[in-house]
Amino acid sequence: MRPLPKIIPLGQIPRRNFIKGALLSGIASGCSSKDPFTAAAKEEAVQPSGETVKLLSTTGEIIEVDKAYLKPLEEIPSITNVAERMGIDGKKFVMVIDLSRCRNLKRCQEACNHAHFVSDAQNWIKIYPMQEAEHTAPYWQPTTCMHCDDPPCVKVCPVDATFKRQDGIVGIDADRCIGCRFCMAACPYSTRVFNWDKPMLPPEVMEMQYSSETSCPPKIGTVSKCDFCPDMVRKGELPHCVSACPNGVFFFGDLNEDVVTNGSETVRFSDLIRDRSGYRLMEDLGTKPRVYYLPPVDRLFPFENESKTPEG
Amino acid sequence: MSRQPSISADKITMDLLPQKFGKAGVIWTSILIVLCLVGLFAYYRQLTQGLVVTAMRDYASWGIYISNFVFFVAISLVGSLITAIFRLANVGWRTPLTRISEIIAVSTILFASIIIIVDMGRPERFTHLFLYSRLQSPIMWDVIVITTYLTLSILFLYFPLLRDLPALIKNSKSGSGLQKLYSFLGSFWKGTAAQFHISEKATTIISVMIIPIALAIHTVTSWLFATTYRPGWDSTNFGAYFVSGAFLVGAGGVLIAMYVFRRAYKLEAYITEKHFDNMGKIVVMLALLYLYFNVNEYLVPAFKMKKAEEHHLLGLFTGDFSILFWTTILLGMILPIVILLFPQGRRPMPAFVMGILVVVGAWFKRFLIVTPTMLSPFLPMYDVPESYMHYWPTWEEWSITIGSLAGALLIITIFARLFPIVPIHETIAETEIRKPEAV
Repeated sequence: MRPLPKIIPLGQIPRRNFIKGALLSGIASGCSSKDPFTAAAKEEAVQPSGETVKLLSTTGEIIEVDKAYLKPLEEIPSITNVAERMGIDGKKFVMVIDLSRCRNLKRCQEACNHAHFVSDAQNWIKIYPMQEAEHTAPYWQPTTCMHCDDPPCVKVCPVDATFKRQDGIVGIDADRCIGCRFCMAACPYSTRVFNWDKPMLPPEVMEMQYSSETSCPPKIGTVSKCDFCPDMVRKGELPHCVSACPNGVFFFGDLNEDVVTNGSETVRFSDLIRDRSGYRLMEDLGTKPRVYYLPPVDRLFPFENESKTPEG
Repeated sequence: MSRQPSISADKITMDLLPQKFGKAGVIWTSILIVLCLVGLFAYYRQLTQGLVVTAMRDYASWGIYISNFVFFVAISLVGSLITAIFRLANVGWRTPLTRISEIIAVSTILFASIIIIVDMGRPERFTHLFLYSRLQSPIMWDVIVITTYLTLSILFLYFPLLRDLPALIKNSKSGSGLQKLYSFLGSFWKGTAAQFHISEKATTIISVMIIPIALAIHTVTSWLFATTYRPGWDSTNFGAYFVSGAFLVGAGGVLIAMYVFRRAYKLEAYITEKHFDNMGKIVVMLALLYLYFNVNEYLVPAFKMKKAEEHHLLGLFTGDFSILFWTTILLGMILPIVILLFPQGRRPMPAFVMGILVVVGAWFKRFLIVTPTMLSPFLPMYDVPESYMHYWPTWEEWSITIGSLAGALLIITIFARLFPIVPIHETIAETEIRKPEAV
């Protein structure tokens, strides 16, 4: 079955096409059939396939059009900047990082860097060797953006370039950012990086239309950070770090549904946090992170550096 | 006052009228212009290549641009101290110092706003601050109070200047560009009683208004730091700490300017040893105040040594920044206090040297407030190149910073070339009031 053309908001349609469509429908209104598609298709001599779909016309009537008369649009971002800033309705994204499984393989980091064109020194996912005190057990602690519910970075941004969405994600609009780096000073989790230099990008990425949901292409003189991959979520897929981890360290999900998954296991979020004593980083600062951690207990592997890359 | 009451009004006018640059003046101005040009070239490199030309990286994401900004904001506070506070407190000896401190205030607050744009990754999006401004950001508060302070300071410089403009118009070559400038600025000033009344009233209103604004510019600037969680910045004392430091550096700056203008323009009869003596005492008081806040800021957290503070404090006391830290405390605060406590130390030459120590110390103090904290994050610095873990400015950053300092000095220099640096009219008026007493 051929995919139906994407339904796109009017703002995204180039004005020229819109006028053309209006003209065609004007011509078509003279014909017995009220749809502009059939008339236009006849001019271009398109063979009907026989299969029809029902559409709502601009005048509010249901019209039936042959499928062959519908052309798929080329790939353009399906949502506007305003919609990106609003976030996905009805969702409250949440992440759980299971420290008892992390062996510092850095696959999450590699996948994230690859997907977002992050340079090595400026990882959005950082994996820290942590040890609370001299005689306590060391463990690996991956950090993403905490997507705080009371985000210090959003509070200090003078131009609304970093914002809190209704689905809980803290996003960055690199087209808005003035590069003052106040958010970097404000973030206690050191999660933000700055594009000091012109990002090294393949030409096709450079030509992409910027979206705050993919954070691509990264722009010089602006701040970047983990975005929780809402573009993947919209496609019904998991963030890159979650699917890349072979040990299932990262669980991602929706608090409203009370479900998180690491790709192979799907569990109830509240049960997981209760049974495994989940906690959040720097709770005392009052930032209310959306990323939870499960303590590094019962590890069946030693604490050693297993990543391929040498330590920095 | 050691000033002789026998000086006539004409003599005062001739003494105080702006003079052409001598050889030293030409050399000084040329050096400043060259430094500015080098800074502009460095900024051109930064504009074309991005902030990668600086030594700032993701941990030390604020560097000397920000500490230089804080320095400029700090020193500009002197305008309100000498002109407004002394005026309202009726400090009689302030007259020859008012214009000096006000031009320092105007030029430094101007460069504070310039240097903050230099720090931006996207200076061409400067307009976003107005198009998309969000009032809850301390940066917006700073934008608002700094523009207000700049406006008020310019008016505060301009209103008393009006009274000197007739003398300037009369004594400049007729038809020259300079005379046209003077006429443009103040040909409407006829010196009538009504005009004096309005001018007097306006100046009083500004002196009252400018004090809260001046406190606000530096308090808000301190909040850029204090509104974050970081060790060394997370302090409720920061506003008072910054304001006291600002008054100190401003007073130090006035000591330097007094000495230089006195020498360059032979103003010994107007800026007297008495002025150095008084300003010296004020510097001692302000330095003691600032030292008090420093003890608060460093000793109290050091007593507790919370885990997050430890890296920051040890870096200052015994680590990477210790030499700079102790030098700044000793030479920038303690030594000036000790020297200026003695009457001999408040003579022009030693007071001038102490002024330099205070100002240079204050500049490095701002560096020590910004950088060590940035390099003490809550989560350890890990898995980043060596260059990310340290910060020492590149030549581009130094050139831009020195260029901005030279630019501020250039404005002051050009102003002193065009306008009397000691108010003529007020000096004459005061001499005339004093005359009957002396007879």
